[in-house]
Amino acid sequence: MSRPAPLARSTAALASSELRLTLRRGENLLVTIVIPTVVLLFFATVGVLPGIAGRPVDFLLPGSLALAVIATGMVNLGIATGYDRQYGVLKRLGGAPVPRTSVIVAKVAAVIAIEVAQVVLLVGVAAIVLGWRPAATAQPLLLIAALLIGTAAFAGLGLLMAGTIRAEATLALANGLFLAFLMLGGIVIPIDHLPGPLADAARLLPAWALSESLRIALGSGADPALPLGVLGVWASGAIALAIWTFRWE
Amino acid sequence: MTATGDSPGAAVAAVDAAPGSAVDAAPSLAVGVPPAPAIEVRGLVKKYESQAVLRSIDLEVRAGELVALLGPNGAGKTTTIEIIEGYRRADKGSVRVLGIDAGTGGPSLRARVGLMLQGGGLDPRSTPRDVVRLYAALHDGARDPDALIEELGLGSVAHTRVRRLSGGERQRLALALALVGEPEVLMLDEPTAGMDPQAKRTTRSLIRRLRDSGRAILLTTHDLADVERLADRVLILARGRIVAQGTPAELTAGAAPALRLRVTAPLAEPARETLTAELRRTWPDARLEADTSDPLEMTVAGADPEPWLTAAVASWAAANDVTITELRSRAATLEERYLELTGDRDVQVAA
Repeated sequence: MSRPAPLARSTAALASSELRLTLRRGENLLVTIVIPTVVLLFFATVGVLPGIAGRPVDFLLPGSLALAVIATGMVNLGIATGYDRQYGVLKRLGGAPVPRTSVIVAKVAAVIAIEVAQVVLLVGVAAIVLGWRPAATAQPLLLIAALLIGTAAFAGLGLLMAGTIRAEATLALANGLFLAFLMLGGIVIPIDHLPGPLADAARLLPAWALSESLRIALGSGADPALPLGVLGVWASGAIALAIWTFRWE
Repeated sequence: MTATGDSPGAAVAAVDAAPGSAVDAAPSLAVGVPPAPAIEVRGLVKKYESQAVLRSIDLEVRAGELVALLGPNGAGKTTTIEIIEGYRRADKGSVRVLGIDAGTGGPSLRARVGLMLQGGGLDPRSTPRDVVRLYAALHDGARDPDALIEELGLGSVAHTRVRRLSGGERQRLALALALVGEPEVLMLDEPTAGMDPQAKRTTRSLIRRLRDSGRAILLTTHDLADVERLADRVLILARGRIVAQGTPAELTAGAAPALRLRVTAPLAEPARETLTAELRRTWPDARLEADTSDPLEMTVAGADPEPWLTAAVASWAAANDVTITELRSRAATLEERYLELTGDRDVQVAA
C-alpha cells in the first residue's frame, strides 16, 4: 500500500522537475538570462543613456537585476503555469498525493533558484567586465528584502494571468508588460526623463518600485519607504487576487 | 444467497465476487470477511447551473472487479468519474473510495488511487522518464520507474519529448502515472481512446492483469469492444441516469430475438410499405426498421421470428423480385442493445 512521500521529498522533486523543464526551454533562458545581461552590458558600454549622475553601471546594475526578477517571476512563471493549466498538468498533479501548497512552493523555489543564478551572473558581469564595486552605503538586507518582495509582486502578477486567461493570452500579455516595464520602470531610462504625467504614472508601477528599491539598497542614498511601500502593495494585491481567482483547470 | 460472514454486506459481496474473481490475489485484502466496496457511490446528484447532469447514480466496484461506465458523449461519464476522483463535488449523495469520503480524502487517499485523465495532463516538453520519475517521487513505496516504462513498452521513447509521442504512447504514459504508486483502485477515463488496434489489445490485456491482481478498476468508455473484452459489469449511462447494468451477457440476454434481412439494393419507400402491410395482416405490430449504418440491412421489429414470419418475408421477396442475401433470426448484440438504450447512433462499432 502506497503512502504520500514525505513533503520535503515530493516538493524537492517537483521543484527540480520545474527547474529542469525551465532550462530545457530556450526562450526561458533568453528572457531570464540573456536579455538582462545584454541590457546591462550594452547600455553600460555604448553610453547612450541620458542624464545619469555617476557611472552608468551604478544605475544599470539595479535596473538589470529588477528586469531579471520581472523576467523570472512574471514572464517565465506566468507563461509556464499558463501552459501547465492548459495541458492539464496542474489538474493531473491535483490527483497526485501532494497538497496544492507543495506545487506552489515548488514553483516559488524554482523561481528563487533561477534568481540566485541571475544575481550571481549580473553582479559578476558588472564587477568583472564593468568594474563595478559595491558602495560603502550599500544595504545587503534591504537588497534581499527588495528582491523577495519584488519576486512576490511579479510572481503574483504572473500567476494572476496564468490562472485566469488562456495560455496564449498570458504569453502575449506577459511579454507586452515586460517591454512596458523595461521602458517605463526605471530599468535603463531614469523616469525623470519621461514626460511629466508619464513619469508620475511610472512611479506607481511595480517595476519602478523594484528598480528604485534595488538602487537604494546598492547605495544611492535615497529613502526606501515610498518604493518599498508601492512594491509591498503590488505584492500583496497581486498575490491576494491570484489566490482568489486562480483556476486549476 | 449464502451467509458467509457476520458483516451485513458479506452475503451480497460473496455473490458479487464469486465467478472468476481473483480477490484472493490481492495481498493486502486477503482476509476472511469480504472487503467493503473499493468504490461506493449512493444517490449521486450533480447539477450545473440548476440543470441536473447526474440524477441519482448508484455504483459499486469491489477489489478484483472491473466495472465499465458506458455511454454516449455528454451522458455524464466524465462528470461521474471526476466526482469519484475528488475533482468535483457532488450536490447530493455519498461517494466513498476505500471507505473514505472522496471529497475530503486528501493526499493519503490519493496515494492509494491511480488516475488516468482524458488528455493525460502531460507537459509536451517533458519526457516519459522524467514524468514517471517525478510521480514515483511523490509516493512512498512507488514502483521502479524504469521497469514500469519498460513494462508499458515505452523503453524506446523514454527520452523522447511527450510532444513527439504518438497518441497511443501518450495514453500508455498516462497509464504509467496511474500505476507508479501501486494503487489499490484505478480510475481510467477512456483508457483506450486514440490507440491503434495493436495498442488497444496490449492495453486491454494489461488492464485485465491489473484486475486479476486484485485491484478495483472503474473505467469509462464509448468503445463497446472495451466492454465486451474487459468488463465484469457494465453500467450504461444516458442523460445522467444509469439505464441498464449487469454483466455484458446479462445486458444482451433480455433483448428479444428478431428477424433480420439483408438485400442487394436499398428498398424504395413503396416496397417497404407493401412488405409492412403484408406482414401486418398476420402480425399487427410488425414494423420494418432500417439500420442507420447500412442501408441494405433491416430488422423486422414487433414480431417474434417464428418460421411463418421468415416464410412471409421470403414469399414477399419472391413476389416483388427482391433478392435477399441474408435472412437470420438472432438476439441483439451489445451494440444494438446499447443503441436501443441510449438512443445514440454515433457509436464505435465493436471491432
